[in-house]
Amino acid sequence: MHELALLQELCALATAAATEQGAKRIHRIELRVGELGGVDPDALRQAFAVVSATAPWQETQLQLEVVPTRCFCPHCEQTFSPPDVIHACPTCGSISRQVLEGRELELVALEVS
Amino acid sequence: MCGQCGCDAPAAVAAAPPQRLELHQGLLSRNDRQAAHNREHFQRHGLRTLNLLSAPGSGKTALLEQLARQWPRPPIGVIVGDLATDNDAQRLQAAGARAVQIRTGDLCHLDAALVDQAFAQLNCRGMDLLVIENVGNLVCPAAFDLGEQRRVAVLSVTEGEDKPLKYPALFKSADAVVINKCDLAEATGFDRRSAIANLQAIAPQAELFELSARTGEGIDALIRWLDAHPA
Repeated sequence: MHELALLQELCALATAAATEQGAKRIHRIELRVGELGGVDPDALRQAFAVVSATAPWQETQLQLEVVPTRCFCPHCEQTFSPPDVIHACPTCGSISRQVLEGRELELVALEVS
Repeated sequence: MCGQCGCDAPAAVAAAPPQRLELHQGLLSRNDRQAAHNREHFQRHGLRTLNLLSAPGSGKTALLEQLARQWPRPPIGVIVGDLATDNDAQRLQAAGARAVQIRTGDLCHLDAALVDQAFAQLNCRGMDLLVIENVGNLVCPAAFDLGEQRRVAVLSVTEGEDKPLKYPALFKSADAVVINKCDLAEATGFDRRSAIANLQAIAPQAELFELSARTGEGIDALIRWLDAHPA
């Protein structure tokens, strides 16, 4: 539901950055979305499909990279990718409290001209 | 001449090749900046601040009514977000809280700018606890920092033991989880052991409080926890 609000934010950031460079067109937006970012990538793509039906986004491609969760186990001193929402260390089974990656909501780059 | 076929059309200006702009900017950076400003503002006023989150009907407002009556240094302040109506603010004021209602319209979460606007309407003299009661929703509010010190998620026994497994992002971001409506646990067949096991698996960082906002039973432990963490 808040994907549309996020997308408005994304378009505002992208427009500001492109304008600052004197660019007239945004060809591509690269976005990284963490699994734990609270965002549904499909909902975000759908919201973008609605936005990109109108100018000035008609030629803009949205490239969305989903960042998998990475945790750290302090007992085993290792990082691991949890298989599901429970962040249990695959070696010792303890539940990790340290999420290293997976919370990203990052506008990485634009391609403009 | 156009340069391609020799016709009279003016020569096309070659389009500049696309250029890559590295930004590495947080999508919520505007909200995060406003949240940092709010946090500083709350601290300057000596306020402990909570962001209270749950599904609709988990008893957030009832919990705050109890808190308003039992907090050792009243009054407490509440900023309450709902899609429509100011019923909650009226209930909280009747319980002795200073309450400001935010009607979010279609917006499914509070953001830091809305909280800032509401805070400007709140008289916080002599107040040391401010609670932001978020819109009842277990998905969207999790992504938005409001400038709070702590997040408290509420889960009621009528909602089922597996709620933390279904909405992990919110529970993982909570500093404390309240299991509410414990007076109804038996009648609803609530499996307490399984609920606590799920919470510990999803949110091992969170303090856990079991209480009934309606009867007030168990709220003393939550008050002690809030009291032990100064602004």
